[in-house]
Amino acid sequence: MKLKGADMFWETLIREGIDTVFGLPGGAVINIYDAYPKYKDKVRHILVRHEQAAVHAADGYARSTGRVGVVLVTSGPGGTNTVTGIATAYMDSSPVVVFTGQVPTALIGNDAFQEADIVGITRPCTKHNYLVKHTEDLPRIIKEAIYIASTGRPGPVLVDMPKDVIVGEAEYVYPEKVSRRGYNPNIKGHPAQVKRAVEAMVKARRPLIYAGGGINWSGAFEELKKLAETIHAPVTLTLMGLGAFPGDHPLFVGMLGMHGTYTANMCVTECDLLIAIGARFDDRVTGKLEDFAPDAVKIHIDIDPASISKNVVVDIPIVGDAKVILGQILEELEKVDIDWEKKHREWFEKIREWQEEYPLSYDKSADVIKPQMVIETLYELTQGKAYICTEVGQHQMWTAQFYKHIYPRHFITSGGLGTMGFGFPAAIGVQVAHPDALVIDVAGDGSFQMNIQELATVKQYNLPVKVIIINNGYLGMVRQWQQLFFDRVYSETDISCQPDFVKVAEAYGIKGMRVERPSELKKALKEALEHKGPVVVDVHVDREENVFPMVPAGASVKQMILEGPKTSENGEALKGMRPLNFPS
Amino acid sequence: MQQKDNEGVQRHTIALLVENQPGVLARIATLFSAKGYNILSISVGETLDPTVSRITLVTEGHPLIIEQIVKQLRKIIDVIKVLDLTASGMDYVERELVLVKVSARGEARAEAMRIAQIFRGNIVDVSPETFTIEITGNEDKINAAISLLKECGIREIIRTGKVAALRGPKSLKISGGR
Repeated sequence: MKLKGADMFWETLIREGIDTVFGLPGGAVINIYDAYPKYKDKVRHILVRHEQAAVHAADGYARSTGRVGVVLVTSGPGGTNTVTGIATAYMDSSPVVVFTGQVPTALIGNDAFQEADIVGITRPCTKHNYLVKHTEDLPRIIKEAIYIASTGRPGPVLVDMPKDVIVGEAEYVYPEKVSRRGYNPNIKGHPAQVKRAVEAMVKARRPLIYAGGGINWSGAFEELKKLAETIHAPVTLTLMGLGAFPGDHPLFVGMLGMHGTYTANMCVTECDLLIAIGARFDDRVTGKLEDFAPDAVKIHIDIDPASISKNVVVDIPIVGDAKVILGQILEELEKVDIDWEKKHREWFEKIREWQEEYPLSYDKSADVIKPQMVIETLYELTQGKAYICTEVGQHQMWTAQFYKHIYPRHFITSGGLGTMGFGFPAAIGVQVAHPDALVIDVAGDGSFQMNIQELATVKQYNLPVKVIIINNGYLGMVRQWQQLFFDRVYSETDISCQPDFVKVAEAYGIKGMRVERPSELKKALKEALEHKGPVVVDVHVDREENVFPMVPAGASVKQMILEGPKTSENGEALKGMRPLNFPS
Repeated sequence: MQQKDNEGVQRHTIALLVENQPGVLARIATLFSAKGYNILSISVGETLDPTVSRITLVTEGHPLIIEQIVKQLRKIIDVIKVLDLTASGMDYVERELVLVKVSARGEARAEAMRIAQIFRGNIVDVSPETFTIEITGNEDKINAAISLLKECGIREIIRTGKVAALRGPKSLKISGGR
């Protein structure tokens, strides 16, 4: 059967089980869009208003389902606008496939209209990328791209399609299998290493499970829970891992790292066995490396061999898929007969002390709305059942801390790259994937304005996304650093010159609400969540509230600032805690 | 694992089999520049199988950095096989070819020819003023030749970068573990 490249594109996506494409047309891909109506019953195209949002939406789709998210954009600026989205997906290992149009092969390198070397530009932030040279290669490359994006350590793949390849005609051959001799991810853990890991668990008196986003991608939720319960070990999660282990489980000690709980960071500091699973010892997690789990034997389970001993040298590396390896460990543990609870009793006594000493807290007596109160109220109203997306900054950390993340793949946030403007388009992707679910974007007033144009997208498709703006009129996290470490010089962080978000929402034909008093908060949020369509709620909060605990950048995780400076003297004391360096 | 001192820095020769496709070298170069690794020399050529190229790469770093480099190279989809020859414990031969253009006037002319002979070099180009001498060997031999030829006056040197092969019947093959 002879097909045009444009038809091959849709045909192959459909055969690969892709049901949604996020995109925005342009000259180089106009033929693909021209062919689209023939396929629209089988695959849905969501028209966004900016290409960056298309990638974040596909990313949200992928994170909330575990399946590949797909993007289609045009050449030149269409491609370059996707770069932040691609880099975001790359840092958080999200399987997104981005298709870009390209100028005709004969014009490549000629500085043609809307030409950009997108393959060159995205080489450092994709798992792999392609420039398609011949129409007949399209089906194979599309299949490979989806395969590479979604297997091993997932990641974004970009496919650049010159116009002549799209317009050209060739025999359609859909390959049944992908075979790449340079790509063969390791799935099963080495049995000897699994045995060594179990031996270390038997020996340990103070173990800690430290799990990350790898649990989500591997789908190892049950296995993780079973491991923790079997060996009766406390569990801490990274930002990317939240929800991978139930946030209301008695063994859960909270998130660790820069804004982790006191307990989690103390557990890391004092544990004698650290079981890292699908986490990569990021600088926001470890703080000063020498003081990170200094006395612990370290087990590291990861599908990416390059993650192992990258930042922290580990004792027992196990390369492979978390779900499979945890299965192997659980099997091995069946042969062990000890009273784990008794073995770890002293450890838990200490943990309970830490928990009582410094639980997460904030001042509830205030007559302004405290941002943490907004998050707690959202939890109360949803009982953890909503999909929660966030932007990046203070509101993100408060959402990580004060919302109990109970269900896997329900917390969608940009961790590695820290992309402001991620949450709202990501929420669009989540809502498209789960039409009947409650999807909330907890936003900052700064972040929301970075992709605010997508209000048109939620209106067009009537996607009932709830945007809750934690509005403090600042680029809040930077302001917090300025307050704590830069003598309160709020250099260029005041963004109180801002639009009336209610009117903005209304201008797009969407319900807008404003909340200014603590007494109105719960009622307003309830009304917003019960509203059938999309809604924007502008919640005015305490402008100078800070995220605590906080480990200054470059300090050890045990050096937490637990509360803000109340007096100028206290502020003086904090000067000694200036960040040692800004991790690049 | 950032370590700034030069103590413990090792030089490693790494052999790679890669897909013979455009962009593969760019991927490797991007990796080295993005991660701040250093390429001391690199040479690329087609193998018996025209779909596969072989790269010999010399790099340096602390053992943990070298380990990362090898792992990161393996992550590149177009890289089929990576062998750190230096770390492998296997014997291998390393060779490099250099073209040295030396001044060859008066007494230097005879001296340059003698040095070329001692190092079993070939004079591949002659002009009234210069010789271009081709010398092949390991690093020590080439460095020794260059330092002697300096006496004659070197106009320029052109080095290929190292190539390396395992000794004995063993060879780098696509199949089998990486």
